[in-house]
Amino acid sequence: MPAYRLRINGVERTIESADPVQPLLYALRGLGLTATKFGCGLGQCGACSVLVDGRPTRSCLETVGNTQGKSVVTLEGLGSVSAPHPVQAAFIKEQVPQCGYCTSGMIISSAALLAEKPKPTEDDIRAALEGNLCRCGTHMRVMRAVMLASGQRG
Amino acid sequence: MAHLASHRPTRRAVLAGTGALTVSFAFASRNRAAGAAAVPRILDANELDSFLAVDGDGTVTLFCGKVDLGQGLRIAMRQIAGEELGIDVDMIKYVEGDTALTPDQGRTSGSNGIQRSGVQIRRAAATAREALVTLAAQRLNVTAGDLVAEQGRVRPKNGGTGIGFAELVGGRSFNLKLDPKAPLKDPATYTLVGKPLPRPDVPAKCTGSFTYVHDFSLAGMAHARVIRPPAIGAKLMSVDEASIQDLPGAKVVRIKDFLAVIAEDEWTAVRASRALRAQWSDWSGLPAQDKLVATLRADPGITDEVLVNRGGPRAGALSSTITRSATFFWPMQSHGSIGPSCAVADVNNDMATIWTASQGTHGNRKTFARFLGLPEEQVRLIYLDGAGCYGMNGHEDAAADAAILSRAVGRPVRVQWSRQDEHGWDPKGPPQLLDISGVVDPTELIIEWRTEMWLPQTTRGLPDIPLLAPAAAGLDDVRGLQPGLISQNADPPYRADHVQVLVHWLKDAPLRPAPIRSPGKPANCFAVESFTDELAAAAGLDSVEFRLRALDDPRGAEVIRRAAALMNWQSRPSPAPNRDAAVMRGRGFAYVHYKHSESYVAMGMEVAVERSSGRIKVERVACAFDCGQIVNPDGVRAQVEGSILQTLSRVLMEEVQFDRSRVTSVDWSSYPILRFPDVPKLDIVLIDRPTEPPLGAGEAACAPVGAALANAVFDASGARLRIVPFTPERVKSSLDGV
Repeated sequence: MPAYRLRINGVERTIESADPVQPLLYALRGLGLTATKFGCGLGQCGACSVLVDGRPTRSCLETVGNTQGKSVVTLEGLGSVSAPHPVQAAFIKEQVPQCGYCTSGMIISSAALLAEKPKPTEDDIRAALEGNLCRCGTHMRVMRAVMLASGQRG
Repeated sequence: MAHLASHRPTRRAVLAGTGALTVSFAFASRNRAAGAAAVPRILDANELDSFLAVDGDGTVTLFCGKVDLGQGLRIAMRQIAGEELGIDVDMIKYVEGDTALTPDQGRTSGSNGIQRSGVQIRRAAATAREALVTLAAQRLNVTAGDLVAEQGRVRPKNGGTGIGFAELVGGRSFNLKLDPKAPLKDPATYTLVGKPLPRPDVPAKCTGSFTYVHDFSLAGMAHARVIRPPAIGAKLMSVDEASIQDLPGAKVVRIKDFLAVIAEDEWTAVRASRALRAQWSDWSGLPAQDKLVATLRADPGITDEVLVNRGGPRAGALSSTITRSATFFWPMQSHGSIGPSCAVADVNNDMATIWTASQGTHGNRKTFARFLGLPEEQVRLIYLDGAGCYGMNGHEDAAADAAILSRAVGRPVRVQWSRQDEHGWDPKGPPQLLDISGVVDPTELIIEWRTEMWLPQTTRGLPDIPLLAPAAAGLDDVRGLQPGLISQNADPPYRADHVQVLVHWLKDAPLRPAPIRSPGKPANCFAVESFTDELAAAAGLDSVEFRLRALDDPRGAEVIRRAAALMNWQSRPSPAPNRDAAVMRGRGFAYVHYKHSESYVAMGMEVAVERSSGRIKVERVACAFDCGQIVNPDGVRAQVEGSILQTLSRVLMEEVQFDRSRVTSVDWSSYPILRFPDVPKLDIVLIDRPTEPPLGAGEAACAPVGAALANAVFDASGARLRIVPFTPERVKSSLDGV
């Protein structure tokens, strides 16, 4: 079976797949990295967002073949409960998630925004997260958390 | 920040019948030796041991029949129990929604998690504390009145270390009935209830270590996709199994009209579901969407019911009165879960175990037992979090899919719905049509009010909504409708001499209905509070003043005053005097006493309406919220925020689209929901009443959203919006009619 070499959360991994257009999402979840969520498979909701070479990417549309040789970071790779990434810490502090199903994608997209723009305005945040859907209505808390993570709130 | 480990039986423990199952306290003889049969837990909701156990290490385990979908019961229930019992929340473990481990406290619905089940758990904890104090008094040879339970110990009020809970009953059962007379703590002395303690599931949800039902797996588990027909009532004519023969390990499962593919990995299952060729019969039994209102109105119905009849018919005419009438419509809506439904089942001849995000694991046990042909004792449903649905999306259907497939293939099966499955097949919030007429007088205010509604019935004796898979597979199941309690709040909360509410119950609904957050109330309150605004405007009165003058309930008046203060409300009649601008601005107001018996909510909105496009921009929402005693203010605030934003989405954008055969809005572009750029500023004030009963916070703030928005658009533009959703085309057409 064809194999694809990727760097996932800093570790070299080999993914075997009979199908080069298998979405990265299923490969990640098959490895037990289940933080990345299936939401639509259409690139419409952002629940499956991961960083590929630092860029926020919809893993339901990105393929394993196309990710060969690239570096992938999932929510698990950003940080942990004991050592959270600043965006994760801010989401915890602001008690953002309700059901939490969109949270992984929200945090990944927010981390990508801050990497590019360390002091975003509220409009920057709204624009950066426009493609991330939330059904519980946690949007205000997401925006507060991103402002907190960027050092713009106490 | 306290981090609480979620206490969930491990998979191995559950399968082996050990581990958490041995959280059974049957007397001191409990045997934890390896291989010892687990003693079944007591599940009688009258028994203390059903709810609460003190373990040998001094921790307490709470067993809650209600489930946490993100609304925060995991911390709120610990606060309630810890408060009465005298133990910190991080010493309390938590088991929820498992039919083998938790008592049946009813479906997690109707915003009653705290107000009913929380109060039950409060009683259990108070009963336990009294028992612990009594035991300690005997041991210490003092009177119980000299002792206090604190920090997991019973100790003398005047000092001393006392005795730990574990030493008193650790690992043993209480063997007591819940005592309705067990004294409750004075709210003035609360140390846990009323505090914004963090929700214990949040850190894991933010770091990817939280296990959703989507993430759960069993050894030997197959991945399945169910293939739903291209038309709702279509029959399966033939299946071409050869069409998936190139996919390694993929197999077809067909039971009458129930069709699925299974594979060893998820992606192969997805590919098989796309590749499989099947022939279905034609079916086109849905009504025309553009004639839905007329179809509902023409339906002869099965029965008429007068829900409210106060004051009888009015005699004689008043010269100064003004008469108005209007029609309101709320369309079918999807639960719109971000994650399509998923479930895992392991079913054999003796036992069915189903992991599901259902909000009603206990209630569904009977349903699943029936179609699986198993006794209820041999069916176990275990709650695991899913994507929030706030009602009843496809969770139960996916669970039925998985159970039927697992039995068919003799191994554990995971079923994951696609986005198209979820949007196309989740049961829908029902359509609601209301005619309202009224008579208003500038001095007497509302003199007469009549509401007439057309609503799909709730079939009597139905334990839950009918599920897709048992029907398709020809298994024994129940048929009927269960849309939830959708007829409440259809009469005004204001003083009126003559009020009648009549509902025409319809035999059927165009699409299978199910409860969706705040069932029926967003539509009814939209109609009632829009019409109240209409009467106030017709009488030339300010709408907040009108409400305050017409209201007799002081708690209602307080939320109205507080929300008006947040809005810096200036008294004047609507609409606003200057409505010529390209972008018109206005403010609107609405109020609800939820179900006429629960929480009080008043809401103001500020909007901008663009004349050329009909586009509404909601700029600000102000809300005053009184749910009685607040257990966790941050949890309540999160629920109010969510209620407002989710309902704004429903009011502005959401309507299920369908043709004569199927739902056609099957993704987020054809069924759009609110996005970040649409989110207004929110100002929320919570009114805590520690000595009043808690009333529920999960739904009430949904109800006034539609009317507050419609009234603001009227104030801005003079146009009345009476049909949801308020799409730009619809708004523009209303503006053009002014």
